[in-house]
Amino acid sequence: MAERKVIDARGSFCPGPLMELIAGIKMVGVGDEIEVLSSDKGSAGEIPQWLKKVGHEHLGTSEQDGIWHITVRRSK
Amino acid sequence: MKILIVGGGMGGTILANNLARRLKSEMKSGKVQLEMLSASDKHAYLPGLLYVAVGRMTPDELYRDQASLLEPGISFSVDPVTQFALDKNQVVTKSGRTVGYDLLAIATGSRIYPEAIPGLKENAEFFYTEESAVKMFNRIRQFQAGRIVIAMGVPHKCPMAPLEITFMLDDYFRERGIRDKVQIHYTYPVGRVHTLENVAKWAAPEMERRGITYETLFNLKEVDGAKKVVKSEEGSEASYDLLVSIPAHRGMEVIEQNKLGQNGWIPTDRYSLKMEGRDNVFVLGDTTNLPISKAGSTAHFEAEVVGENIAAMVKLGNPVRRYDGKVFCFIQAGSEKATYAMFNYTQPPDPREPTRAIHWFKLAYNKLYWVSARGLL
Repeated sequence: MAERKVIDARGSFCPGPLMELIAGIKMVGVGDEIEVLSSDKGSAGEIPQWLKKVGHEHLGTSEQDGIWHITVRRSK
Repeated sequence: MKILIVGGGMGGTILANNLARRLKSEMKSGKVQLEMLSASDKHAYLPGLLYVAVGRMTPDELYRDQASLLEPGISFSVDPVTQFALDKNQVVTKSGRTVGYDLLAIATGSRIYPEAIPGLKENAEFFYTEESAVKMFNRIRQFQAGRIVIAMGVPHKCPMAPLEITFMLDDYFRERGIRDKVQIHYTYPVGRVHTLENVAKWAAPEMERRGITYETLFNLKEVDGAKKVVKSEEGSEASYDLLVSIPAHRGMEVIEQNKLGQNGWIPTDRYSLKMEGRDNVFVLGDTTNLPISKAGSTAHFEAEVVGENIAAMVKLGNPVRRYDGKVFCFIQAGSEKATYAMFNYTQPPDPREPTRAIHWFKLAYNKLYWVSARGLL
């Protein structure tokens, strides 16, 4: 059964939420999901951009109290 | 009370000295014992390896005897920990000794892990160990013409290193008078030339000014040494004559073997710097899983917070400070200028135009580091 891992990248300017996701996605299995928490609204654009280019699935993005929740699935 | 520090790098050493000063009278009276266990009798200034790789420092400048850096009263042994028995408040060392503690600080650091990328270890030059930095220097010294590609794994220690080595290589070949025969191509994992937006805004035009080409959204997948091609997860390829890499890092094997954290990164509370689920275990430096830079300054600032808090726990019964995510990184912008980035969990960095003055301060810090390690700066 697919698992979901949370990457809490709030307050991360460096390495930043996308870099945290790039590192973290290698630590889960194909089919598993990751929810990235980011306080940087730029993540809502750049994370889906990378997912599309590299070939992982973007499951959705939502914002709550200034925190963006970006959910992805490792596809390969 | 027994305080045990595992790891004699920057974080562990600053913490030990900080505590030895704050708890001097308690240690003198025997109320507190402070012990450090490390894997080496030498302490290395790792940022100096960048300079070794381009022939601006030599390895002998980078080491001091660890014992010489420590305050009196700290019990120091070269006897690395092999087992963490956190439920028993004990560790077991390589020599077979069982060491108990009341408070534990884990600062074992990180290591390069080029094995994560097929072909990388065999075909790329690195500068994260003495041996690899010396090898890289001799390789670039022999390099007369061709295409250099810089590529990196994630996560990596010292987030400024990719830019620094790129600009320093540019200057190195200019000084040799062969820059027109050398192409430099920089690749980077995210969609700009540095993860810090303000640093990228400065660095991209600087690359263009210097004639350095770049490709973003380039994550190492594999290296074909026979064809001299590096391939990205995103599907692109870059051909090279000389491949320079900042490999992905992992925490130390002992952390993985003891199941303290995946890939050797220990889950850590971002404010208290306590290991998640453990009230008497602190984690600092590269060893944490926090989403902040793996850099010496991070370890330094964390050590000061942990030191103040442990001392307060001894004297007052409770910690007094929260770590705010503070990081300070010099940015060596070629061989003659530098700037810096300072930030925390809430304030992004806003680096100034590089200057010669900051460059000279960075060179001075390469020597002042030993004052930092002693906990004085």
